[in-house]
Amino acid sequence: MSDIFPKWTNRLPALVLAGVAVMGTAGVAGAWYYFTPKYTRVGYQPIQPVNFSHNIHVDQVGLDCRYCHNGVEKSWYSNIPSSTLCMNCHSQVLKDDPRLALVAESATTGKPIPWVQVHKVPDYVYFNHSVHVNRGISCVHCHGQINQMDEVRHAQPLSMTFCLECHRDPAQKIRGLEHVFDLNWQAPSPTAQIDEGQRLVEEWNVQKLDNCSTCHR
Amino acid sequence: MRYFLAGVALFALIVVSVAGFRGGLSRKPPIEIFPDMDRQAKLRPQTGEGFFADGLSSRTPVPGTIARGQPHLEIPLNTGREPGTTNFVEVNPMPITAELLARGRERFTINCAPCHGGQGDGKGVTSKLGMAVVGNLQDPRIVQQTDGEIFTTITGGKNLMQGYGPNLPIADRWAIVAYVRALQLSRLASLDEVPAELRASLNQKP
Repeated sequence: MSDIFPKWTNRLPALVLAGVAVMGTAGVAGAWYYFTPKYTRVGYQPIQPVNFSHNIHVDQVGLDCRYCHNGVEKSWYSNIPSSTLCMNCHSQVLKDDPRLALVAESATTGKPIPWVQVHKVPDYVYFNHSVHVNRGISCVHCHGQINQMDEVRHAQPLSMTFCLECHRDPAQKIRGLEHVFDLNWQAPSPTAQIDEGQRLVEEWNVQKLDNCSTCHR
Repeated sequence: MRYFLAGVALFALIVVSVAGFRGGLSRKPPIEIFPDMDRQAKLRPQTGEGFFADGLSSRTPVPGTIARGQPHLEIPLNTGREPGTTNFVEVNPMPITAELLARGRERFTINCAPCHGGQGDGKGVTSKLGMAVVGNLQDPRIVQQTDGEIFTTITGGKNLMQGYGPNLPIADRWAIVAYVRALQLSRLASLDEVPAELRASLNQKP
């Protein structure tokens, strides 16, 4: 009796299984690697209408974050300053520089500068800046070393895992209020961070807020 | 099977070369993979798009109105002037405490020191960057000003300095006035005013 199926078809079920396994693994690996804010958000660095450098203003000139973001300690959002605030200095410093033409025009006419928002959590996340900076969470924890960036780059994923890592164990990040706006500050050692963090957590009665309604309402 | 594996590898290579690695520079806004309710039809502060023709979601007050909670009384604390007159108040209406001075020092360092310098002598960092005229707060002219006049200058600006009223709450402005007075005193005080037990410490380097 001649073969209806050639002999190699005996291996077919095993080959199909192996193929499914390879493709399944590749699919899971791809989703694990790419379907996360670590990939989608980190590295986002839009071109801004004005080439403002945080590096120059913070690290070189030495301005405090709150000179411009003056609402961050009282408000849930950290405000972009009005362009008139830029003109406090730039009415004299680099007065007629073409790079600042848009700022000068905005300050005169009131027409907003179309800054591109870099850090943008979903609208159902209610993040409050003031409560974080007033309880020892520094700008650097979520925004990275903005003070060294010429162009703002999305440095941290700001995913839910990212938030929860700290919310479940605040002591690993909390620092004294005098260091919150000092983005170069680091605890002398990891153990010193934990000791100081635990002390502040107790002193301020910081809770481990990890229920849904902390951020989603 | 060999061809199949080669195909999978090729596909993976194509995906990686198109999509890149985590953290790579991207000029385009992040992809929202499950965009359910990520962006809702509501105005958020300082966002341009949307409801108002001028693109300002953070609205300025209607002319002639004062928002709830905003200062409206014509009292020295709010205006720096004697009620019903244009005369500046002589003395800071806030109680002068160590906390007020500490707050004043912090706010002065943030808002004033870039131009006026940490000691108020007008030698802040901007003087090296092209800021031509910066007031020297140690100048007798300013030392002799009343507290109310300094408060008014902070609020509304003077000459080339723009007002900091919109950036600094009233209490912070008075705290800065108190701290400016402390800075001035630090240069004007005589040795007799320093308590005897502390005099020796003046010659020590910090």
